[in-house]
Amino acid sequence: METINYQNFRIEAENICVDYNGKVALYDANLRLQPGQICGLVGMNGAGKTTFFNALTGFVNISKGKIRINGESVRSAQKDQTIAYVPQNEGIDSQFPISVWDVVMMGRYGSMNIFRCPRESDVQAVKDAIERVDLTDHLSTPIGNLSGGQRKRTFLARAIAQRASILLLDEPFSGVDIRTEKLISELFIQFKNAGKTILLSTHDMIHVREFCDLVLLINKTVVAYGETSEVFTPENITTTFGGISPDFLFGPES
Amino acid sequence: MELCSFLTLDSFITDPLTHDFMRKALLMSSLVAAVCGFLSSYLTLKGWALMGDAVSHSVMPGVVVAYALGLPFSLGAFIFGVGSVALIGFIKQKSRVKEDTVIGLVFTGFFALGIVLVSKIKSNIDLHSILFGSPLGISLSDVKQTIFISLLVVILLSIFRKDLMLYCFDPRHAKTVGINVFFLHYLLLTCLSLAAVVGLQSVGIILVVAMLITPGATAYLLTDKFDNMTVISVLSAIISSLIGIYVSFWFDLETGGSIVLAQTFIFLFAFLFAPRYGIFKLKKLFAGYK
Repeated sequence: METINYQNFRIEAENICVDYNGKVALYDANLRLQPGQICGLVGMNGAGKTTFFNALTGFVNISKGKIRINGESVRSAQKDQTIAYVPQNEGIDSQFPISVWDVVMMGRYGSMNIFRCPRESDVQAVKDAIERVDLTDHLSTPIGNLSGGQRKRTFLARAIAQRASILLLDEPFSGVDIRTEKLISELFIQFKNAGKTILLSTHDMIHVREFCDLVLLINKTVVAYGETSEVFTPENITTTFGGISPDFLFGPES
Repeated sequence: MELCSFLTLDSFITDPLTHDFMRKALLMSSLVAAVCGFLSSYLTLKGWALMGDAVSHSVMPGVVVAYALGLPFSLGAFIFGVGSVALIGFIKQKSRVKEDTVIGLVFTGFFALGIVLVSKIKSNIDLHSILFGSPLGISLSDVKQTIFISLLVVILLSIFRKDLMLYCFDPRHAKTVGINVFFLHYLLLTCLSLAAVVGLQSVGIILVVAMLITPGATAYLLTDKFDNMTVISVLSAIISSLIGIYVSFWFDLETGGSIVLAQTFIFLFAFLFAPRYGIFKLKKLFAGYK
């Protein structure tokens, strides 16, 4: 195993705490991820998964601790378009009057001038990204007319167009069709090979086993963190989900 | 209706134009409608209808104080408009009272303060024209101010058109890629306060919120493209203003109320007959011709 030095981490979160008006949402959380790693973020509703994402993107401020993205501050990660966030389908207004093309183009906004006029390179990046998620037939379709899977792919394309080196995905597999699920898993392999780092939250235990090198179990703070094969044990999962037996979550064979 | 019987459509439109105050009213109201219509797309998509109501009512004491001190009333209105939003945010954060309750109590408080101030500060402020608008009695200094504010809002909205759309659609992504969400939030609020100020001349404080939400809501029913939505919103706002002023001229009705009623009727028409989202879906009716 190569020696780990500080600069090698894509994400380094050290003892971070987040509170909303005095209500603690996350405390003493740690995470270190290297290029090419896929990490699953597992916890109950309200365990702080979204808060963790928000802290990494700078959408909420941390009250304690330190976050380094590629060795730099969250602020400079924002400026460099380092992190792409792929929201949950429920997290966006699907009735917003906007087309697939325009959503994906938003991935380029951060690197455009103040009027957000697309350059030739932006148009090309958007085209390529849409092709990679297989939505070329739906360029001008309003997002309200897409299926759940197609909408998920639209936001994945936005992340691709952004050329981010870190992807945060909130429930990427919830409410998608088989075809989209297959496409997402293929993309994960491509991202991994390209050295991108992925942090994904999920309720589905099977997906964790299938895709994630590492797993971070949280319940307001880190319950367990490490290689999936070592950490993703029935005992840890039971603790994470507040005493619910893993049999109930997995089915009896695990 | 005997009035109509001897009027041709031509003179219905041209006769009022012979009056100087009518030409001014038509021009100014169209300008104000365009500004409010432009902003309306953002407010309806952002879900800020109640915020629009709050800000437009809260500018009342600002207008009164500015008049009393001889300052441009837009300045006073702006300070109180943005101030009310800051206060709403502060009370929401520091208490357990729910947001819509906070909004309701803050703006009614400001509005009441405005009414009390009008009765206390003996001046030439015409309460009726503040509450219900007076597009037919607009003064020259008001014209200049309205044009200046309108241009300012249109320029700001045009420059940050796409950023504001992103802010309304997905603020989290905006923040993630380093776009200043805090700035956009206050930019939209600033434009809202300024639009409320110019809008209240046309239709008055009580109804200005209609100028800020109805055109956007109408356009939202008619299109799935944001740019089209803005265009439709602006057009429907201008058309309503023109209809409202003409109708009020010929039938001697309150002008502000007529303008807003015209907007409401256009909305109802879209609600019933919009091609995709209307109740009767005109598209289906015409499908047979294809």
